[in-house]
Amino acid sequence: MSETAEKGRPLLEMRNISKTFGASKALSDVSLTAHPGEVHALMGENGAGKSTLMKILSGAYTADPGGSVLIDGEPVALGDPMKARAYGIAVIYQELSLAPNLTVAQNMFLGSEPARYGFADRAAMRRRAEPILKQLGIGFSAARMVSELSLGERQMVEIARALTTSARIIVMDEPTTSLTSRETGRLFDVIARLKADGIAVIYISHRMEEIYQLSDRVSVLRDGAYVGTLDRSELSASRLVSMMVGRDLSSFYKKEHSQPGGERPAVLSVRNMGDGVRVHDCSFEARAGEVLGIAGLVGSGRTELARLVYGADTSTTGEMRLDGKPVSVHSPRQALDAGIAYLTEDRKALGLFLDMSISDNINIGVIPQDAMRGGFLDFSKARERAQRAVKSLSIRAPGTGINVSALSGGNQQKALLARLLETEPKVVVLDEPTRGVDVGAKSEIYRIIDELARKGIAIVVISSDLPEILGIADRVLVMREGRIAGEIVGSAERPLEQEAIMTLATGSAGEAA
Amino acid sequence: MSASETEQTRMDKLKLRSTLTALGMLPVLVLLAVGFHLLSGRFLTVNNLSIVMQQASINTVLAAGMTFVILTGGIDLSVGSILAASAMVAVIVSLVPDMGMLGVPAAIGIGLACGFANGAIIAWMRLPPFIVTLGSLTAIRGIARLLGNDTTVFNPDLPFDFIGNGTLFGVPWLAIIALATIFVSWVILKRTVLGTWIYAVGGNSEAARLTGIKVSLVLLFVYSMSGLMSGLGGAMSAARLYAANGLQLGQAYELDAIAAVILGGTSFVGGVGSIWGTLIGALIIAMLSNGLILVGVSDIWQYIIKGLVIIVAVALDRYRLQGLGRT
Repeated sequence: MSETAEKGRPLLEMRNISKTFGASKALSDVSLTAHPGEVHALMGENGAGKSTLMKILSGAYTADPGGSVLIDGEPVALGDPMKARAYGIAVIYQELSLAPNLTVAQNMFLGSEPARYGFADRAAMRRRAEPILKQLGIGFSAARMVSELSLGERQMVEIARALTTSARIIVMDEPTTSLTSRETGRLFDVIARLKADGIAVIYISHRMEEIYQLSDRVSVLRDGAYVGTLDRSELSASRLVSMMVGRDLSSFYKKEHSQPGGERPAVLSVRNMGDGVRVHDCSFEARAGEVLGIAGLVGSGRTELARLVYGADTSTTGEMRLDGKPVSVHSPRQALDAGIAYLTEDRKALGLFLDMSISDNINIGVIPQDAMRGGFLDFSKARERAQRAVKSLSIRAPGTGINVSALSGGNQQKALLARLLETEPKVVVLDEPTRGVDVGAKSEIYRIIDELARKGIAIVVISSDLPEILGIADRVLVMREGRIAGEIVGSAERPLEQEAIMTLATGSAGEAA
Repeated sequence: MSASETEQTRMDKLKLRSTLTALGMLPVLVLLAVGFHLLSGRFLTVNNLSIVMQQASINTVLAAGMTFVILTGGIDLSVGSILAASAMVAVIVSLVPDMGMLGVPAAIGIGLACGFANGAIIAWMRLPPFIVTLGSLTAIRGIARLLGNDTTVFNPDLPFDFIGNGTLFGVPWLAIIALATIFVSWVILKRTVLGTWIYAVGGNSEAARLTGIKVSLVLLFVYSMSGLMSGLGGAMSAARLYAANGLQLGQAYELDAIAAVILGGTSFVGGVGSIWGTLIGALIIAMLSNGLILVGVSDIWQYIIKGLVIIVAVALDRYRLQGLGRT
């Protein structure tokens, strides 16, 4: 199929697309083409610009002037999502956007319900929905409630919805992150059918094996710029990785703190922690001056475990000791008082105060102890703290008084890091500390983590990015289905290996890759 | 080079934006004043402005309390009812021989208690503020009627009547109290830890919790504050009228208070806003009522014009800020 796709006029051409947000350039001069019946994979690290490019395609963002988008060789203006949909572009996002309280058919026609005399025509909806479901080889009925469907089945509904608007270009943004392997297989069957129908699929994924299996061509973005495109025949893991990272991996991760031996004291020790639902019986120790990684698939309970340790959620079992003494932590306040700090994985929704200044965002955790008598704010102390933090974490900002929302993702993340470091913690739990930040900020965050370790702070890093966790952690816990499936300790002679982690994370050597 | 240039224009934009935000509705206020003066010829007189300030004062006090609540992303619909109940208590206590002055603290205390009850239910039972205060709007109205056996209570010798009708160096006491509440609110919001927490809870309550802020205490405080201000408003209202009626007093006051806060540029979802904006909002509302009467517009048309001005003013405000763009 790929041979036919190579020839003829491309269905979609994006030429010289750039996008700037405030001072930061998210995309510069990126081009991408897609032919009918082709699966074109788009790869790149987090923050490389894949999502931005796709948001321009879907009309959610407007590109900077200078670039152009052509469909069937005709230039089109995509300014808003309705227009993009009219041109046959459909995007299936990671976070599904279905209404769970409606049926499959209702969801498929949401916003464009077939109507008769102004009333939604449910019979017509079902009549039109069933053949599309059949075309995709979907086994469930259009009358089912979406809330009854599994995540994988919901994804099928999203694809079916795209077909109701006769989409010709379907973008899938990491569609398999929360799917089981069987559901992934079914998704690939559906993608094969879409190809056979002459639909162009743009497929964003981090998983090499999926890229090998599916794609006709692979394009790589790095730091918002186009790096290159490989044909199916030219694919190799090492080529793709070097295109994505752009440099030698070993120099990227910083690990200068000395590898701590087992005799180092445990700062935090957690015994049999669980919430009865998503975390069961987890025990581990974090030692002074050590970076402990927690790996595992999405949904394996890593964030949930961290939130239990931090008191953000309520645990039903387990106990914790800090410096050997038992502590009870039932709220973030108690955790902070005990010396445990937590960096959330979702900095916009759960971390930052976007309407407040950089200084306020850094100081918010410590203003009670800085305050003067009567609870009055001490502005000079706050300014000092903010300026010191901005300097020591090299946060790039025109001033500490401006809104934190004006910063780039990486600098926002560093401001959050500054906030928790100002509380002078003994243990820091960092949940996906480099998610959505650019490569430069990433290496600075690694430097900060390394410095904290050298100061003797116990650091726990949760990450889905395996090379990252291998690069910075001294020891890795792997979680599976809410339990700690195993521990891997690296040493100078035997460095940590990706395969070992994946075997533990998936629970079977066969599925790991 | 061009990068630093764009950085410069970006900073200029940010500066312009913060200046405009600070100015807020002030230009509208000035425009209205000048307009009414040109139309009536007697709007901008010392006498009339003193009347406007008096008319604005009770709403200003309620709106100050409301600002705290709306900054956390909440709403307090019960302020009018609390004001009625407090005014009833103020007059009833003022009738007690030799202890009449206690009417004022009694009114404030009742208001505080009602607000605390609202806050306790909202913070600890985690019920939506709209529903809780809608319920207390009705329930406290009932209590207000119960207090006077559903009649009007009078006290022609009200010991604290200077509050409602006296002046200090020519400035009405009502206006002085209103300005004082604004100033105290400003100090709390902008100069204390608590104030920062209020903005933080309104901006992102889950992030606030994860930062170690006791969100329930903050909520308890803002609703108590709103209740306390309503109690003060009740005392002011009783002092002005020498009387109180549990059924009629304070009807729909919550709407004027909310309108003043929103006119003042405070975000309805919380986290953004200033108490000075609220003052300007309350003055605009009072000015509209007063000015339209001076110009001779009928009562019915006053309603229509007031409503439209509120919508247009807020729309203009949003539009103006949007034009500058969020980065």
